[in-house]
Amino acid sequence: MDDVGLEVDGLVRRFGRTTAVDGVSLAAHRGHVLGLLGPNGAGKTTVVRVLATLLRPDAGRVRVAGLDVLRDPAGVRRRIALSGQHTSVDEELTGRSNLVMIGRLLDLGRQDARRRAGELLSRFGLEEAADRPVATYSGGMRRRLDLAAGLVGRPEVLLLDEPSAGLDPAKRDQLWRTIRELAEDGVTVLLTTQYLEEADALADEITVVDHGRVIASGISADLKRQVGGHTVVLRPADVGDLDAAAAVVAQVTGREPGRSHRHELVAPVADDAEFFHIAARLRELDLDISEFAFRLPSLDEVFLHLTGATATDHAAEEAA
Amino acid sequence: MTTPLTRATGPRPLATLRHSVVLARRSLAKTTRNPGPVVNGVITPALFMVLFLYLFGRPVAGSTAEYAQYLFPGILVMGAGLAGMVSTGTAINLDLRNGVTDRFRSLPISRTAPLLGSVLADVLRYLIAVVILFAIGTLLGFRVQGGAPAALGAAGLAILFGFCLSWLTVLIGVLVRSAEAVTAFSFIAFLPLQLGSSLTGPTDTLPGWLRAWADINPVTHVMDACRALLNGTPEAGSVGRALLWSAVLFATCCPLAVRAYGRQE
Repeated sequence: MDDVGLEVDGLVRRFGRTTAVDGVSLAAHRGHVLGLLGPNGAGKTTVVRVLATLLRPDAGRVRVAGLDVLRDPAGVRRRIALSGQHTSVDEELTGRSNLVMIGRLLDLGRQDARRRAGELLSRFGLEEAADRPVATYSGGMRRRLDLAAGLVGRPEVLLLDEPSAGLDPAKRDQLWRTIRELAEDGVTVLLTTQYLEEADALADEITVVDHGRVIASGISADLKRQVGGHTVVLRPADVGDLDAAAAVVAQVTGREPGRSHRHELVAPVADDAEFFHIAARLRELDLDISEFAFRLPSLDEVFLHLTGATATDHAAEEAA
Repeated sequence: MTTPLTRATGPRPLATLRHSVVLARRSLAKTTRNPGPVVNGVITPALFMVLFLYLFGRPVAGSTAEYAQYLFPGILVMGAGLAGMVSTGTAINLDLRNGVTDRFRSLPISRTAPLLGSVLADVLRYLIAVVILFAIGTLLGFRVQGGAPAALGAAGLAILFGFCLSWLTVLIGVLVRSAEAVTAFSFIAFLPLQLGSSLTGPTDTLPGWLRAWADINPVTHVMDACRALLNGTPEAGSVGRALLWSAVLFATCCPLAVRAYGRQE
């Protein structure tokens, strides 16, 4: 068996005269989590729908669990589960009947379908609500049930389209734990997200898309390095020392540091030698420091650097 | 989480039927929670029956008892058509809008199954409507003349026609953009189909333009056939026309609906 969970090569998909996906390539190893990161309208959902055999590719090769989506769509459907913003369970049925129904549609026997539904309901902490109509569920419960619905058939590949949209941080952490567990069990996960934090926390590898094209890909540390530019963040214990500290930073880096409203000095540095140099000078001057950090840029900064735009710009574009 | 489940593969017409039954149960579970469409499918024709019976009974047929014999078979057909007329198309449309259909389409089931399931559930809803309507008709003075076989034949014909008409609403449900539009379309279709027929009187009593429509309206033929059966005067001709129209409806709407539904955008 090959080691590739899913593989997209040169995918193009148009809607009328709009090209939603324009030559996207990506791949995920079996049991890995691939984060597909991009702003609204970048083409993430289109990629997921092609992988789920809901949309036909106009060009390119798309293989899921070793099967071509055009040649063997039925085989692909047996191995995947789709969950996320455009997928849903039936609101009028109870959580349990939704899961049992999916089990029956996957050809489980009546007993097996009920047992599987019970397992998943307890795994996702939905036992108490199991026999209430889904319409009465909170957003977080609904999302968990939706993910459970995807897992009834023990998929090899899990396609999650913005799974944490609208969840509060605690619910989101719970969801992240589940996704990690699934990957440990050997499930390949493709996860689309607008949140860099989410991709950073979950994904083994990240592919960044914008306007239907891949603009960067790799592991998160590599992406951060691509943008380069380590930063020094420095906060004197005494606000009165701010100018003295700024002078030290300016002296070493050759540039006046930026000042944040929290009385922090932020300055780009060429390498760690400059960082140690600043540290040594501060020691000589005997300045008290409450915070002093040398860090890679956050993924947010990477993202802004790569797309050269913010999510709000994209929203404005879509509205226009 | 590690043992893979074994599942059948290959072409599976039986599996399609089995999946359709699973999905029909889903639709019926929703009916028990929200019986509106079935209630509507019984109350609307029952109201028409009472209204027409006491409005037209004496002036048209001389007595309400005699008019009940004429009117009831048409009401039965209306009931069978109505119970699913709105509900199936609307339900399928809602599934398409809110993402339930995406889940079904990403499952290894035939793309016909969700539609067939919904229509199969309709058949049961028609059956319920037909049984209740027979009871109401009997209360209002209608008597079956042709015996049990005639009654079963008429009920079967009405339900078969309802089944075929369901595919029309399924097609509308798949094609239009919103559930409200499905309701609007179905209501617009309801008036000329059900009332522009031989429901209240033979078509030769109608003015020319309306008669021209009523004579080609499939509902007229199904009502005529049921009327003949229930009054103990079965005619092969009207039954044949009713079956032919049902077949035509089914043969055009079903493949079109399945095609539109299963299409990868």
